[in-house]
Amino acid sequence: MDLGNRFGDDGIQWGAILKDAGLAALVALVLALLLFGVRLSDGGGGGLEFRPWWVVIAVAAVFAGRAAVALWIGTRKPASGTALPWFDRAVARLSEHKRLLFAAFFLAVAILPLLPVADRRMVDLATLVMIYVMLGWGLNIVVGLAGLLDLGYVAFYAVGAYSYTLLAIHFDLSFWVCLPLAGAIAALFGVLLGFPVLRLRGDYLAIVTLGFGEMTRIIIINWSSLTGGSEGITGIAVPTLFGLRFTPSPAAGETAFHQFFGIPFGGIHKLIFLFYIILILALLTHLFSERMRKLPMGRAWEALREDEIASRALGLNPVLVKLSAFGLGAMFAGFAGSFFATRQGFINPSSFTFIESAIILAIVVLGGMGSQVGVICAAIVLILLPELARDFAEFRMLLFGGAMVAIMVWRPRGLLAHRVPSVRLGQAPPGALRGGLP
Amino acid sequence: MEYFLQQLINGLTLGAVYGLIAIGYTMVYGIIGMINFAHGEIYMIGSFIALICFSILGLSGVASVPLAILVVLLVTVLFTAAYGWAVERLAYRPLRGSFRLAPLISAIGMSIFLQNYVQLLQGARVKAMAPMVTGGFVVTERAGFQVTLSYMQIIIMALTLILMAGFSQLISRTALGRAQRACEQDQKMAALSGIDVDRTVSLTFLLGAGLAAVAGVMTTLHYGVIDFFIGFLVGLKAFTAAVLGGIGSLPGAMLGGILIGLVEAFWAAYFAAEYKDVAAFSILVLVLVFRPTGLLGQPEVEKV
Amino acid sequence: MSALASPDAAVPAMLEVAHLSMHFEGITAIDDVSFSARRGEITGIIGPNGAGKTTVFNCITGFYRPSVGRIALDHEGGRFLLERMEGFRIARDAGVARTFQNIRLFPRMTVLENLLVAQHVKLMRASVFSIAGLLGLPRFREAEAAAIEVARGWLDRLGLVKAADREAGTLAHGQQRKIEIARAMCSEPKLLCLDEPAAGLNPRETAELNRLLLDIREDYGVGILLIEHDMAVVMGISDRVVVLNYGAKISDGTPEEVRNDPAVIRAYLGEEGDPPETNSRGPSPGRGRP
Repeated sequence: MDLGNRFGDDGIQWGAILKDAGLAALVALVLALLLFGVRLSDGGGGGLEFRPWWVVIAVAAVFAGRAAVALWIGTRKPASGTALPWFDRAVARLSEHKRLLFAAFFLAVAILPLLPVADRRMVDLATLVMIYVMLGWGLNIVVGLAGLLDLGYVAFYAVGAYSYTLLAIHFDLSFWVCLPLAGAIAALFGVLLGFPVLRLRGDYLAIVTLGFGEMTRIIIINWSSLTGGSEGITGIAVPTLFGLRFTPSPAAGETAFHQFFGIPFGGIHKLIFLFYIILILALLTHLFSERMRKLPMGRAWEALREDEIASRALGLNPVLVKLSAFGLGAMFAGFAGSFFATRQGFINPSSFTFIESAIILAIVVLGGMGSQVGVICAAIVLILLPELARDFAEFRMLLFGGAMVAIMVWRPRGLLAHRVPSVRLGQAPPGALRGGLP
Repeated sequence: MEYFLQQLINGLTLGAVYGLIAIGYTMVYGIIGMINFAHGEIYMIGSFIALICFSILGLSGVASVPLAILVVLLVTVLFTAAYGWAVERLAYRPLRGSFRLAPLISAIGMSIFLQNYVQLLQGARVKAMAPMVTGGFVVTERAGFQVTLSYMQIIIMALTLILMAGFSQLISRTALGRAQRACEQDQKMAALSGIDVDRTVSLTFLLGAGLAAVAGVMTTLHYGVIDFFIGFLVGLKAFTAAVLGGIGSLPGAMLGGILIGLVEAFWAAYFAAEYKDVAAFSILVLVLVFRPTGLLGQPEVEKV
Repeated sequence: MSALASPDAAVPAMLEVAHLSMHFEGITAIDDVSFSARRGEITGIIGPNGAGKTTVFNCITGFYRPSVGRIALDHEGGRFLLERMEGFRIARDAGVARTFQNIRLFPRMTVLENLLVAQHVKLMRASVFSIAGLLGLPRFREAEAAAIEVARGWLDRLGLVKAADREAGTLAHGQQRKIEIARAMCSEPKLLCLDEPAAGLNPRETAELNRLLLDIREDYGVGILLIEHDMAVVMGISDRVVVLNYGAKISDGTPEEVRNDPAVIRAYLGEEGDPPETNSRGPSPGRGRP
C-alpha cells in the first residue's frame, strides 16, 4: 500500500485512493465489529448493550482518514512525504541558541509564581510539570544518551521517595540531609540492579527493568512493617527554609516564615517554596547532564548507544559505562522521589505503577531522545493538557500510546531531536587551544 | 501429597495457557528479532472477544455447550488474528531498518494504546462470566481432601496438545514453515530467493495472535473473570516462559510455559502467594543472566 | 611457541598465535593456525572467502574466545595472553586496536567526537571519573585540549580537517575508512588490526590507503595485521604474508615466497595458474557507500 505515487501526470487517481481507503475501512470493520459494536455489562450477568452506530462511525472515520492521508501525501513528492525539512531546519536553528533558550526558560519559570496572576493551582501545576521535566531529564541520561531502554524507572523514583520518608521519619533528619542520602540510595539500588543485567541485549534489558519496576512495587505493598503496605506512610514534614517553618502557628520558640518576613500568613508561600526547590533540582539535573555529555564519560555513553561493538574495540568497558548512566539516572529519580514525598506529605505504592514509567518514557521519546528542550515541551504537553482539559484525561494514555507509535513511524528520533556536537574543532574547549587554530 | 497433586494439575493448566501465548512471542522473535511487547494485549483482546461471543450466543439461546465453544473459538481466533495483523502492519512494519530501539518503543506504545482502547470501549470494571463447563473427575481423595481434575482443565490441556502438534507439523512440513525458517536465517537472502517476507511476517503475527486468542477463550471459560489489564502480567509471564524455554524455540516456549505455570502454582501454594509474580520475574532475570539461550534455545553468535 | 619458525630471529615477534582453533557447533572455522607478527612490520593475512581470516581477528581482539590455542602479545607494557582477556581489556590494556570489515564508526557523532572516544581511557583518567571534568579543573582541560590536538593531527594527515565537525555517518565511504583507521590509531595501539581496509575503495583511494599504512608503520612503529582480499594492497605493502585456506594455514613468508608457493596458487586460482597480483579487483568508486 505504497502511497508515494498516487498522482501521475493525469491528476488525482481517485480509483486507487478509494480502493485503498475501502480496504482500510474493511479492516476497521473487522476490528470494530465486536469491541465497538457490543458493550459488556460490568460484573457478571451476561448483559449486553449493542451500539451499531459506533461501528459505523469508526469505519467511516477510518475511511475518511485514510483517504485524506492518501490525498495529502499524494500532493507531495514521494521522498518528502514524511520528513519535514523546514521543521528540521527550524529545530537546528533553535538548537544553536540552546543556552539562551534555557536561560530564558528558567528565568521565565522562576518569576512565574511571583506574578500577581499566580494562584495556588497554578503554582501547584507548575510544580507537577517540573517534577516530570526533572524525571524526563534523568531518564534521558539512560535512554537518550546511553541508549538503554529502562521501563522500570519508576522503581528508583519509589526508592527515593521511600528512603527519604523513612529517613526523615525514623531518624528525624531534615530535607536537606535526606535528599542526597535518598539520591545515593536510589543510585546504589540502580547499580545493584543494573550490574547483573546490563550486559543483556537492549530489548531483554527493557523487559527486565520492567520486571524490576513491578517487583519493587509488589515488595513495597507486601513489606507492610517497613512501608505501611498499600496504605503507605503519611505525615511527611515540609522542608524548612533555613529553619523557618511554613505554618500559621509555629511551636513555642520557633519563628515561622511569615513572621520572619513580617507578612501575613499565606498557604501559597509553602507552594512557592516547594516550586523553587524543584526548579533548582531540575536545573541541577539539566546542568549536570549537559556537562556530562561533554566529558569522556558522556561521550562513552553516546558511543555505546551508537555501536557497542566498536566501543569495546576502543577499550570502553561496556558494563562500567552503562552502569554509570544507569546509576546516575537512578540518582536523579531518587532526588525527584524525595521531593515528591515531601510535596505530597504522604506516599503509597499507587503512585509508582508502570503507567508512571510509561509516562516518563513517553516524555523522553516524544520530545526527542537526548533532547533537553524536547523533554520540557513534552512534559508541558503531556502533564498540563490532561490537568487542564479534564475530559481529555480519560483519553490521555490512549493518545500517549498512539503518539509513541506515530512518532516512531514518522520521526523516530523524536519531535525535537537535533544533536548538537559535544565539542567542535572550530571552538575547542575553554582556554588552552584558542591560539592554535590553523 | 494430595495437595501437591492438585497444585500440579492447576499448574499444568496455567502453564498450558502461558505456553500458548509464549509461542506468539517466540515466533515473532524468531522471525524479526523483536519482542512484541503488545502480544499480552492481543491475548487480553482475545479474552474480551471471547466473552462478547459467549454472551451473544447465550442471548441467542444456543444450548449445546460444545457447539458454543467451537463457534466462539473460531470467531475469536479470526477476529483476534485481525488485531495481530493490524498491529504488525501499523506499528512494526514501517519500522524495519529503523534504529535499534524504535520497534520496541513502538510496541510499548501499542501496548499502552490497546489497554486504554479496550478500557474506553468496554469500561474499566471487571467483566465476569458464569462457568459453562462444570464438573470433573475426582482423581483421589484422602482425609477429606479431594484432588479434582475438571473437564475444563482437560479441555485446556487437550486443546493445547493438539495445537502444539499441529504447529510443529506446520513449521516443519509446510511452505509457510520453510519461509519462516528462511526469514529467521536471513531476510535479505530469503527475499532474494523469492520468499515474500512481508507476507511471511504477517502470517506469523496472525498465527501468534490466533494462539493467544485460544488462550483467551480458555482462560475466560476457566477463570471467568477478565479486565482490560490482564494482558500486562500474563504477557510478561508468557514472555518469561519463552525466554526460559529458549527464545526462538517452539517446544521451548511450551516447556517454559509449563514450568512457569508450575512454579507459580507451587510458589503460591507453599510459599507466599503475594510474591508469586516476583517469583516469575526472578526466574526471568536469573535465566537471562545465567543462561540467556534458555533451556532449548540456540546460542546467538555475535556478528562482528 | 617453538612452533613458529621466525625467519629473522634477531627481531622477536610481538604477536604470537600458536595452534589456534575455533569451532562453532561442530564447524571448524580455524584449525590449528600458528603465525607471528612483529612490530614495525605489516603482516598480511590473505585467503579466499570463508578461509577464517575474520575469525582469527575476532579471536585476537577478544570478540570470540578460541576453542584451543594461545595468542600472546609482548611489548614494553608487558606480556598479555589475549585468549584469556575480555575484548575491551585487550583494547585498553594490551593495546590492540582494530577496524571492521563493514565500517563501525559512531555514525551520529562527529568525526572529532569519534576520535575523542578513542582516547577515552586517557581522558577518563584525566577527568578522575568525571569529577575533575565536572568541576572544570585545569588538569582535565589540558588533557582534553591535548586529545583534540592529537585528533587534529590525524585529520590533518588525512586531509579531513574540514570534516571534523560533520556527523561521521554522512561522510563518503572512503573517508569513513580512513577515519576508522585514524580512530584506531588515536587509542595509541601497539598492534593495529585492519579488517579489509581496501574494501569498497577505488584505485586512487586504495593507493592513498597504502601510503597511509606505510606512513603509520614508519612513524609509529606499530605492528600492523592486515586482512585483505585485494592482492595489490597485500603484496604491495606487506612485509610478511600468511595465507589461510579452509581455516588452515597453507603458506607463510615474504610476499615473494608466498606468491611462488604452489599451494597458494592452487588454493587461490584453481586451475588457471595466473600469478596472484593480477587478481586485484577494482570496485567502482561509488560501490559500497553507506
